[in-house]
Amino acid sequence: MTGLSVRNLDYSYGSRRALDTVSFDVAPGRFAALLGPNGAGKSTLFSLLTRLFTTRSGQISVAGHDLSQNPRAALARIGVVFQQPTLDLDLSVMRNLTYFAALHGLSGRTAHTRIAAALERLDLSERAHERARDLNGGHRRRTEIARALIHDPSVLLLDEPTVGLDAASRKAITDHVHALSRERGLTVLWATHLTDEIEDDDQLLILHRGRLLQDGTAGALRGALPLREHFLSQTSDKTGEPA
Amino acid sequence: MNAALIALRAIVLREALRFVRQRGRFVAALVRPLIWLLVFAAGFRAALGLSITPPYQTYITYEVYIVPGLCGMIALFNGMQSSLSLVYDREMGSMRLLLTSPLPRWWLLFCRLLASTAISILQTYCFLAVAAAFGIQLPVWGYVAVLPALVVAGIMLGALGLALSSLIRQLENFAGVMNFVIFPMFFLSTALYPLWKMAESSTLLRDICALNPFTHAVELIRFALYGQFNGPALGWTVLAGTVFLGLAFWGYDPARGLLRRKG
Repeated sequence: MTGLSVRNLDYSYGSRRALDTVSFDVAPGRFAALLGPNGAGKSTLFSLLTRLFTTRSGQISVAGHDLSQNPRAALARIGVVFQQPTLDLDLSVMRNLTYFAALHGLSGRTAHTRIAAALERLDLSERAHERARDLNGGHRRRTEIARALIHDPSVLLLDEPTVGLDAASRKAITDHVHALSRERGLTVLWATHLTDEIEDDDQLLILHRGRLLQDGTAGALRGALPLREHFLSQTSDKTGEPA
Repeated sequence: MNAALIALRAIVLREALRFVRQRGRFVAALVRPLIWLLVFAAGFRAALGLSITPPYQTYITYEVYIVPGLCGMIALFNGMQSSLSLVYDREMGSMRLLLTSPLPRWWLLFCRLLASTAISILQTYCFLAVAAAFGIQLPVWGYVAVLPALVVAGIMLGALGLALSSLIRQLENFAGVMNFVIFPMFFLSTALYPLWKMAESSTLLRDICALNPFTHAVELIRFALYGQFNGPALGWTVLAGTVFLGLAFWGYDPARGLLRRKG
């Protein structure tokens, strides 16, 4: 298994259980959507996957590297787009990306070539020298995705990357990342609470109240129902109210 | 160049660029010690008599006495501001980005510390230049000799800020830090009055000042500004810095889950 593998992950904030024995695998080159209402534990899972914090129970393996045994090798294989914006708005797109490349030990010509390629891939080449503040929300997000690809990761983690974007930007970004996974064999874990970002071929992981309710192909899981209905039926009967 | 040094260079450069762009921060950093120097010290000059104590070889005016303390104040404010900005939401994203780098976490935090120290040294030299323009000049050699002292003091105070940012959740606003960290550290030190003067009013206060690591940072700077080396001050500053750094690294250990409250 060289994609992403999560085994028996538990996490609690004091007495509140945020993740309860979560296990799943995402095969290499697969686009997996982690679908869950707000407060389902998606962000906690992302923090554990990116080692912002750790837990003693359970195992995470990224591209074959165990995150707790060999964190540096595992982190080197991960690209992350966080839910909150992490661009330095006063710096240009190029400077933001150069900074990130340096955090991964890349500099000079190598960094430059990789950055140019990442910008090209996200159609951002002509924006390289604009200040991040001058970009619209969609372009800022695309810059963050481009940035997450500079060090050539094999696993891309995105935590609700379309929050606050208009419908057109949302679709463009969702399509882009689906294409990246298809064309470059990138393993993608995409957290969202919006069902229209998920395609029938995608792997679907439904997370609710810290537990993984379903893991399968989106089309097969939803059957004849629209995905939105399926998701609501899965999550509402557990709480007594729609998610 | 190796990956660790590439990251160090980038982190320092980023802080420098941000600092240059934030003119308001630069002006505030310069105006604060200048007000103390040109207003407070001028008023105090008549009230406070200073005898000849090392490193001074002659009678000095109060303005001259207070300069090293104000250099320390710049490092103190800067150390708190840059480290604590890490826990504020606006900086949270960039901290997450920093910590997901595959380089060792202690090294990343140390780079951040060096970057903020570099900024505080830049501010200190600007302050010394303005002070010189107002006639408070120091021995030429002192301007060079003070550099290593500023590095040590800056790292110690930055490490304190980093440790606080990771350990004390209540200090999430700068006003709290001002009241409970900056003011006590600054006023209970030799920045404004020498120890012997403090002892005249209370030996307890004198003892507290003598224990305050900021006192030793200020004395290290004071002696260095006159081209002299103060071994005990260096020893205490390095010791305090090591303890604060240890606390900071411990506080940012992922197993402790510092960042989870923002997760």
